[in-house]
Amino acid sequence: MSGFAQNTFNGLVSGAFYALLALGLAVIFGMLRVVNFAHGAFYMLGAFGAYVLLTEAGVPFWAALVIMPVGLGLLGMALERAVIHRLTTLDPLYNFLLTFGLTLILQDLVKLRYGVQSSPYETPSLLSGSVDFGLFDFPTYRVFILGFTVLLCVAVWWVLTRTRIGMVVRASTERPDLTRAFGIDVGRWVTPVFGFGIGLAGLAGVLAAPMRAVNPLMGADLIIVVFAVVVIGGLGSIFGSVAAGFGIGLVQAWGEAYLSNFPLVSQTIVFVVMAGVLLWRPAGLFGREEAPA
Amino acid sequence: MRRTMGVAAASAVVVLVAGCGGGGPQSSGDQKLTGGKVVLGVLNDQSGAYSELSGKNSVAAVEMAIADFTAKYGDKAVTRDITVETADHQNKPDVANSKAQEMYDRKGVDLILDVPTSSAALKVADVAKEKKKLYFNIGAATTDLTGKSCNKYTFHYAYDTYMLANGTGKTTTEQIGKNWYILYPNYAFGQDMEKSFSTAITAAGGAVVGKDGAPFPNTSGDFSTFLLKAPNLNPKPDVLGTMQAGAELVNVVKQYNEFKLRDKGVGLAVGLMFLTDIHSLTPAALAGTTYTDAWYWNFDAKNREFADRFQGKAGTRPTFAHAANYSAALQYLEAVQAAGTDDADAVVKGLEGKTVEDVFLRNGKIRAEDHRVVHDAYLAQVKPQSEVTEPWDYVKVLKTIPAAEAFRAPSADCKL
Repeated sequence: MSGFAQNTFNGLVSGAFYALLALGLAVIFGMLRVVNFAHGAFYMLGAFGAYVLLTEAGVPFWAALVIMPVGLGLLGMALERAVIHRLTTLDPLYNFLLTFGLTLILQDLVKLRYGVQSSPYETPSLLSGSVDFGLFDFPTYRVFILGFTVLLCVAVWWVLTRTRIGMVVRASTERPDLTRAFGIDVGRWVTPVFGFGIGLAGLAGVLAAPMRAVNPLMGADLIIVVFAVVVIGGLGSIFGSVAAGFGIGLVQAWGEAYLSNFPLVSQTIVFVVMAGVLLWRPAGLFGREEAPA
Repeated sequence: MRRTMGVAAASAVVVLVAGCGGGGPQSSGDQKLTGGKVVLGVLNDQSGAYSELSGKNSVAAVEMAIADFTAKYGDKAVTRDITVETADHQNKPDVANSKAQEMYDRKGVDLILDVPTSSAALKVADVAKEKKKLYFNIGAATTDLTGKSCNKYTFHYAYDTYMLANGTGKTTTEQIGKNWYILYPNYAFGQDMEKSFSTAITAAGGAVVGKDGAPFPNTSGDFSTFLLKAPNLNPKPDVLGTMQAGAELVNVVKQYNEFKLRDKGVGLAVGLMFLTDIHSLTPAALAGTTYTDAWYWNFDAKNREFADRFQGKAGTRPTFAHAANYSAALQYLEAVQAAGTDDADAVVKGLEGKTVEDVFLRNGKIRAEDHRVVHDAYLAQVKPQSEVTEPWDYVKVLKTIPAAEAFRAPSADCKL
């Protein structure tokens, strides 16, 4: 029983990363109709940024947790203005070329300066212990990640559903043309939303630094699963991306724990789920069928 | 998509190479050296997970060997025209295959060096056999190179899974604890490591109470399922043996510390570790961990002298792979010098059964039976942070494992 609870907890922690990344991808896709293949690279930059801030300027984890998402958000907004917005009128193939190209450039720039070897990053001392839950104890840092992510998702949900800004963003995300018809300037929101999505990726990166290997390729592996998560949740669906993020984290953790005699199954389970969802609901669990153009 | 493009590019290379089948270097008649010169090829990972532990710095090590050889023989050297070709195999067997063909056929390479990643290493062994050209493998661990895939032109130089398991598995079982939980990446290397370790542990009187193959590559980066399982097994393991390498090893060790398994009575043993891994995890995260090392830069004055020269050239301390690349290039050039030709069959004849001694090879011998290069190995332990007094000096050598014990006896599977 305690084993099951621990595995569930772990699944939720992995799911927290998927949820943060998928949420960013979902708002970006919703608003811009751009699939941001560079999302993993910004996650990596978040983790690397935290490492560089700590080792070269002595900036602690807590400050990095604010500085990196804001900094990367601004960088994202600049990129959106400089290049990404040009994609809207182009063939979707250019979307892939541009964002994937950006990934390679960012990865190689970091590689050039810091090499491919993983860089060390300590867990902040405040969170380095473990919490006793009676049945089992669990690293404080993981409890923090889970609590922090859930709070953040709730906050994002609150902003999106309870404020005017949120209403505009949601409307522009789910029915951009219709929203425009109501006289709302959708274009004004595109840049900040892109920056926000990138900021979330950076935040996930900072959170990952103490528990994952910090190296230039750390985002490249993870992003494959995140795309599966987004597809399962429904491209552009904000709730769907978060729910699918946590769900896939759980499925992976349970798969590893209880299907360990079938390693190939636990390795491919995410993609099996994705294929199943696509057959059953092609727009994803919470997605909406795109109106025929 | 990246993979697809890689495959497409590789197939294009294969087609090109096949198309130019007849266009290899011209036969040089009665010249002693093909093309009048010696060309060494370093084929390894220059951009991915293994590029720090070997990569471009292995090229630097080979260049050092050439300089030392030239300085030693001066005008008496068989040639002064020795060059290096390098290529990035990206740890992909198909790329390694086409790059190796290109090196032998079109770049006039006499000897291919390094080639980490077992699956890629085995492909290159096939190419060497087919082209009848020399190949010294340094970076890969699989014992198949001197087992069922051995051939006349392939030598396995630095280490293998038997050496790692025999050193670490045996000593840890005797000194730290008898019950093991083994976590390995579920592909050729990891499976080979798991088998070698299980054999060594059982032989030393220990037991493997649990083992799991973790997904490879582990896209979530999370190993906590396995780390949580370990202390709850019955009987409880004394040692967690991790066979992960590179960034995955970093993940395992970070999470091992996070879940405080050491405090729960589960020690840590690492199957394969390079100096660069300790550097990126920091010695504090690994303090007390024992592992088997093929060579250590600060072991004695001779190694240190080499490490100082290497640092002058490459800007960092050498891993055992760097030192082994240096040694392999040097011993090959010595063999060419002795034979007076770079003809592969003549060089092989000179190498077989030879006893060798250099900065890397201590009590070294090139076995004629299976082309395993045996030498002393070392049981090493990561120092606690408080004992680390200079950068990169992270390890103390607990004991030297004599060459005769460090490697397995020649395998019956190998027919040269």
